[in-house]
Amino acid sequence: MVLLKLQFPLQRRVRLAQGLWLLSWLAVLAGAFTFSLGVYLKTELLRRAEVMDNTEIHVVPNILMLVGLVTMGINLFAGRVCQDSLDSARFPPWKPFLLPWYGLAWMVCVWLLSAVVLSYALQGHLEESLKVGLRNGIRFYRDTDVPGRCFQKETIDRLQMELRCCGNTNYRDWFEVQWISNRYLDFTSKEVKDRVRSNVDGRYLMDGVPFSCCNPGSPRPCLQNHLTDNTAHYNYEHQSEELNLYNRGCRQALVDYYMGLMNTIGPGILSVISLQISVLVSLRYLHTSLEGVDPENPEADSEGYILAKGVKETLMDVKTTVFKLLQFGQVEAGDEAEAGADGEKAAS
Amino acid sequence: MVLMKMKFPFEKRMKLAQGLWLLSWIATLAGAFTFTLGCFLKTELRRRAEVMDNTEIHAVPNTLMIVGLASLGINYFAGRMCQDALDAGRFPRWKTFLQPYWGVSLLFTLLMLTTVIMSYAMKGNLEWSLKIGLKNGIRFYKDTDTPGRCFQKQTIDRLQMEFQCCGNTDFKDWFEVQWISNRYLDFSSKEVKDRVKSNVDGRYLFDGVPFSCCNPSSPRPCIQDRLTNNSAHYNYEHQTEELNIYIRGCREALVNYYMGLMNTIGAAVLSIFLVQSSVLVSLRYLQTAMEAVAGQENTEIETEGYLLEKGVKETIMEYVTPVLVFLQLNQVGSEDAEAGETPAK
Repeated sequence: MVLLKLQFPLQRRVRLAQGLWLLSWLAVLAGAFTFSLGVYLKTELLRRAEVMDNTEIHVVPNILMLVGLVTMGINLFAGRVCQDSLDSARFPPWKPFLLPWYGLAWMVCVWLLSAVVLSYALQGHLEESLKVGLRNGIRFYRDTDVPGRCFQKETIDRLQMELRCCGNTNYRDWFEVQWISNRYLDFTSKEVKDRVRSNVDGRYLMDGVPFSCCNPGSPRPCLQNHLTDNTAHYNYEHQSEELNLYNRGCRQALVDYYMGLMNTIGPGILSVISLQISVLVSLRYLHTSLEGVDPENPEADSEGYILAKGVKETLMDVKTTVFKLLQFGQVEAGDEAEAGADGEKAAS
Repeated sequence: MVLMKMKFPFEKRMKLAQGLWLLSWIATLAGAFTFTLGCFLKTELRRRAEVMDNTEIHAVPNTLMIVGLASLGINYFAGRMCQDALDAGRFPRWKTFLQPYWGVSLLFTLLMLTTVIMSYAMKGNLEWSLKIGLKNGIRFYKDTDTPGRCFQKQTIDRLQMEFQCCGNTDFKDWFEVQWISNRYLDFSSKEVKDRVKSNVDGRYLFDGVPFSCCNPSSPRPCIQDRLTNNSAHYNYEHQTEELNIYIRGCREALVNYYMGLMNTIGAAVLSIFLVQSSVLVSLRYLQTAMEAVAGQENTEIETEGYLLEKGVKETIMEYVTPVLVFLQLNQVGSEDAEAGETPAK
């Protein structure tokens, strides 16, 4: 039972070939677009690589870049094939390449779909990675004299100013870390000695935040220290004060940013997938309709179809072919090999 | 005495017309590009309009936009004319159009050159405008409850963070202004009362700066208040401390930014001016070469092309004399005016 059979008079075949040529060039551009989307996403992820703990999320832009290049290649091939298709002398050399081409085009669609699915599925991983990365960034904020960590302060400051966020989950993360280096603390003063003695690890903890948490939209000059002490500042109530610092945590801000990017990229990739599938279907129809052409009467009608047998039967055929190949590869005793060879001889 | 005469055989005329057609299309694109450059510069100036006192500097992008649009028209007509040029029958209908065309196109081409000169000449103007605008911004920083000025704080904060600058000339400008509103000052405390009494106007002045002056590259957490007091902070010397807050003033930062923009735009407009001039020169040669062909039976003869029929001085006199005559006529005069009129005729 043939799948989706269509009649193809000569005019229709010509139109199909022309349409496919145009479509394949569009698909080449779509492949280039996919590649550039992958490059863009990777650049954006690399920009904030210092506050990410691992690079698992990079699998999404990597897939996009690879698949974009492969898409460009296969659609260039499709364009060449359909240029030669209407010339019955030039078309036959392409025939043996078409079956692997279908496989490759199908794989491209599957990979693109998996990239879209992964971009949503890996959100949890991204959040974990950012949680650990930001926690380390805040912990090493004060280590501006330690090689390898000396830029953490500038990174975290610029991140908080640019994304308008403060701390990991919120601004209180700064209360649990000593973010002022010992080099700038006067250990002879009573206040410093009290604070350092008040906790087990001997850290100078305070209810203050760095200047990069300050919100320029606040009507009053920024309050950075004694944030939980209402009496420390005139006309100040920390429970109702909302505009003084950024309320959002940087983890939330970064996840929102990247999910927004991936939400924008998603529909673009889906349209590339649909374009590729249409190229695949058109080329299959062109291939089968040209095979059905009578060599003595090249301008007659022919039939085009997607699959010669139904879906089930085609899959059975594929399975049998694969098993045959596997049987050839098996290290077996002489009897079985001979019996298998005899059996095949009988079958063919 | 003809200016810059050149011989034009038929082949050369053909090549000139074809080359001019291509050049006129390139010049049309260049005119569109000039227009977009003007739009871009205007947008950038308007983004910081709140810290500028006047809009005189906007003359530069406005002129660029006008010149861009005009050159679109000029080059479009140049292209149409050279398309008709090689057809001796269709070229003469452009004759009456050409005189005003030369006037307009020379005017706008010179205007293009003046725009470039203006962009450098108006630097002082821009700096003055920014000086006053920033001074006002810093003065009204605290007035977040006054309608019309409530966004000054946010504007100045974002400006200082974006351009990595502090104050007008430098950070000491903040010491001369009360930038904390009275709403947030505890007038019952001794410190506030002392400071307010210590100066004539009763302002709360102190040696501190807003948080937006802080430099993220500093190795130590930002020190914002008591900047001139070395003993107020541990391990601190204000004379040698360079990384704590931004040292550059915002006026200098903004002037550098806009001068950088105008330098790039000026270079582009100069090259567009060269393209435009070459279009006009080629069109003039084509026009004069084709005028010699008009009326001849054999259109493939060799003709001469020139830039000006008489020398530069004589051409200018030709245009200026009618104007002078017109002025003399308008003079409130007696027989002298009539006597002046008769010989001129």
